[in-house]
Amino acid sequence: MINEFFYMNGYGLFVWSAFCFTLISFIALYTVIKIQYIKEKNKFISKYGALDSKKAEIARSHSINKEILSSAQII
Amino acid sequence: MFKIFEPNKIFSITSRAPKYVLILFVLVLSIGLVEALIISPQDYKQSHSVRIMYVHVPAAWISLGIFSSITILSLSGYIFKNNNFFLVAKSLAPSGLVFNIIALVTGSIWGKPTWGTWWAWDARITSMLILAIFYLMYLVAWRIYDDRDKIIKVTTLITLLGIINVPIIKYSVDWWNTLHQPASINILSKSTIHSSMLFPLLIMTAAFALFSLLIFLMKYNTELIKIKNKGLDRL
Repeated sequence: MINEFFYMNGYGLFVWSAFCFTLISFIALYTVIKIQYIKEKNKFISKYGALDSKKAEIARSHSINKEILSSAQII
Repeated sequence: MFKIFEPNKIFSITSRAPKYVLILFVLVLSIGLVEALIISPQDYKQSHSVRIMYVHVPAAWISLGIFSSITILSLSGYIFKNNNFFLVAKSLAPSGLVFNIIALVTGSIWGKPTWGTWWAWDARITSMLILAIFYLMYLVAWRIYDDRDKIIKVTTLITLLGIINVPIIKYSVDWWNTLHQPASINILSKSTIHSSMLFPLLIMTAAFALFSLLIFLMKYNTELIKIKNKGLDRL
């Protein structure tokens, strides 16, 4: 039964390689985009940390900046 | 008119949405895989190799849909001078390219047992390859130019040229005598695919659409943070 599921009348190699390629592409794309996201967010946090209090106050007045800082754990 | 879509207003949603979309994607994909690999029947002619359809067809549909969306967004951005449209278009492109590559590779894998060859310079396959080249050109244009106006002009031009290829892809199987089979699913006329195969195909399409939404949201958030990083430099 299990062997039949993987063998698929001799087409198993084609079917499984197509599904595996798709899954690997998904994981690779997700990983690349997530790394880019984390990198940009860390850059933002370190830049924000380097601001003096007056500039930090101005930066915090922007709603997106506030969201970025508060969503440090999101995704 | 488009103020409702301004990044300032939607970032609170786009920054929180990915985790929910990811959960939904995993759920729909799991159902789709069970349907595609276990429940759906084998084809009387192609046997189990027909299961490749469940990844090949949704990937092709979504890559075509994304390219069409990118063109509409680029053109709208150019006409209405709205930079957010370009940002949305740019964020959609990576998943569009990956789906295009998936369609080409899985089509090639399907071709071997069905046609006896991995590749043929068939009208449908070649036009899909041309679409992948347009996706690459679009993404490269965003990387190589620094001037914002030039990027907008070049990327809009690439999408306008590329969109000519979309109806060619769609109708290539009708216009030319191709190895690739004609469409089995038609919106305007009766589909020739059985419901036992249509149902898993639609579920897998939904899963792929959710994945492209997930990637879009993550990429869009990254692009917004990139802009905000530049903003911090200017303070």
